[in-house]
Amino acid sequence: MLKVDNVFAKAGEKEILKGLSLTVKPGEVHAIMGPNGSGKSTFGNLLAGMPYVTPQSGSVEYMGKDLLSLEPAERAAEGVFLAFQYPVEIPGVNNMYFLRTALNAQRKYRGEEPMDSAQFLRMVKQKIKDLNMRDDLLKRPVNVGFSGGEKKRNEVFQMGVLEPKLAILDETDSGLDIDALKIVADGVNHLRSPDRSFIIITHYQRLLDYIKPDYVHVLADGKIAKTGDKSLAFELEEQGYGWLNK
Amino acid sequence: MQVVEENKVVKDRAKQVYKEGFVTDIEAFTIPPGLDEDTIRLISSKKDEPAWLLDYRLDAFRKWQKMPTPNWAKLKIPEIDFQAISYYSSPHAANANAPKSLDEVDPKLLETYDKLGVPLHERERLAGVAVDAVFDSVSVGTTFKAELEKVGVIFSSFSEAVHDHPELIQKYLGTVVPAQDNYFAALNAAVFSDGSFVYIPKGVRCPMELSTYFRINAINTGQFERTLIVAEDGASVSYLEGCTAPMRDENQLHAAVVELIAMDDAKIKYSTVQNWYPGDEDGKGGIYNFVTKRGNCQGKNSKISWTQVETGSAITWKYPSCILRGDNSSGEFYSVALTNNHQQADTGTKMIHLGKNTKSTVISKGISVGKSQNAYRGLVRVAKKADNARNFTQCDSLLIGKSCAAHTFPYTESANMTAKLEHEATTSKISEDQLNYCLQRGITEEDAISLIVDGFCKQVFKELPMEFAVEAKALLDISLEGAIG
Repeated sequence: MLKVDNVFAKAGEKEILKGLSLTVKPGEVHAIMGPNGSGKSTFGNLLAGMPYVTPQSGSVEYMGKDLLSLEPAERAAEGVFLAFQYPVEIPGVNNMYFLRTALNAQRKYRGEEPMDSAQFLRMVKQKIKDLNMRDDLLKRPVNVGFSGGEKKRNEVFQMGVLEPKLAILDETDSGLDIDALKIVADGVNHLRSPDRSFIIITHYQRLLDYIKPDYVHVLADGKIAKTGDKSLAFELEEQGYGWLNK
Repeated sequence: MQVVEENKVVKDRAKQVYKEGFVTDIEAFTIPPGLDEDTIRLISSKKDEPAWLLDYRLDAFRKWQKMPTPNWAKLKIPEIDFQAISYYSSPHAANANAPKSLDEVDPKLLETYDKLGVPLHERERLAGVAVDAVFDSVSVGTTFKAELEKVGVIFSSFSEAVHDHPELIQKYLGTVVPAQDNYFAALNAAVFSDGSFVYIPKGVRCPMELSTYFRINAINTGQFERTLIVAEDGASVSYLEGCTAPMRDENQLHAAVVELIAMDDAKIKYSTVQNWYPGDEDGKGGIYNFVTKRGNCQGKNSKISWTQVETGSAITWKYPSCILRGDNSSGEFYSVALTNNHQQADTGTKMIHLGKNTKSTVISKGISVGKSQNAYRGLVRVAKKADNARNFTQCDSLLIGKSCAAHTFPYTESANMTAKLEHEATTSKISEDQLNYCLQRGITEEDAISLIVDGFCKQVFKELPMEFAVEAKALLDISLEGAIG
């Protein structure tokens, strides 16, 4: 599904990713951990095509396509979803209208018929129920006046509606209390499927208590320093990142 | 493949940028350009007007001649040659004064309104909306007149009203906007040709939306319409105007006057969707829209609400205002003004608090794109006797691109210590973060901008009658063409 090969990239003027390689197969969940400034978020933003990250060299193949040559909106329509670390507020635009616009833009790109409002409403109501979230999420303007937890939940809800093939969660667990964390994790687990892959960027091992990853990678100084299974996350939790440098 | 298709979409949309820009090829009677007392006598005689009205016009003309052109607005207005404009043009088919049956109207005119999405035929009329259609200097027809008469509502062209209800016109004309009020109002008072008259009798709630659709067609003409709406005690009405004009390289002048009068407990809601031709992307052509609109909340507990969506015109100069004379009366102003390319807008409102416990609300949303200049200019004045007056003003500006500008000129004058005036102002750019967020969800850049702008205008759009809110949104999308890049 995703093959990142020896990627170098800058965030602004600064060289952040320095030879990162990673392969993700369909249905897999990869957790990416690592100290501040190691390039975790830059990696997520690179995959989503956010303009503040500029690739320098290396390649990213996604579903047989050269991902880095696609525009951000095209990547989204091809099934790449980024749950933002800091979800953005859009005043005056209600969440449901936003999502329908997004979904239909993606469908149009894929040559599918747009979904009419009745169909869409049925679908989102079902998703809200499946993901154990509250109806009022639909009517409120996108992220405006949302608490930190609500914003993160909204990201997971959007992910549920847009049904991506590759979902990247950028520190979605940061700043969440344990109840909110569970809702977010349950949402992700609900969305796990044999043809949907996840890259979960996190600081804390506790999220991985709820979402069981297939692999845990430690990112240090712009590349993957160590790969293991879930036990690696425990090690990190206990010992910190210092031992990686030894 | 995808790329090719997208290019086609972009091109198709670019072509429809101003889809109202067509010209109707129709024989018209147009008086030669030029303006003197004889011109005014000619207009008046064409309309077979009573002597008092001719005198009113001539008096206004003499005052206008002595007035300087106003230059206080933040606008660059090229000098206008008033002698080069024709002040009256009427399609032959429309006989200026005979009460019109729509069956007799030239099919070309009906076709024009069909194309503009305002069908006048009995069959296809907009449900629940009565329309007065003004083409150049005359009204070509008014729908649903009979139905409205049943409840005592008068809705007719201004010229007809002069003949059928002279007592009402004489009583109210110029009482809210006097002829000498300002330069363009004086010009209008001298040469106004047609417009709409609305009278809602005591206690009547007008059973349908009323609207006037203004169309400039003839070349080198100005349009000078006059609208007068009177709501008696306890009456209420919602009125909407729309305006379009062909695409021409020459600038055309539109100088209108609108007067509203609300008696005790009366409510008038006046909405405008202004889409005059804005000129091309190099700033060539377009309408000069110099308009004086004012409402008088004469009675206690009366209410006047202005809502405007201004996307057209090369230059817009208008300040729909409320005089809050009656105790407990309230005034509202909701405005979206979008300028693109070389368009200039200087618009806002005046809220004059004279009565006790009067209340006003001002919500202004300015959107500047391209090289355009967009200014909000507002005055809130509280008179000495206006105890407990309250005003809330919110002015938000949104900038798209680097070469445009937004300006805010809020003036307040309070002579009463009990007044409470609040003012909030923001200027923002569509943030990269908002755009990126939309892009990441698969929304194209163009749709993302339109989505964000639509959200920015929400507070105003929700004040518009439903069917026009949809139109207004579509209009904004078209006006945002080329906002990116």
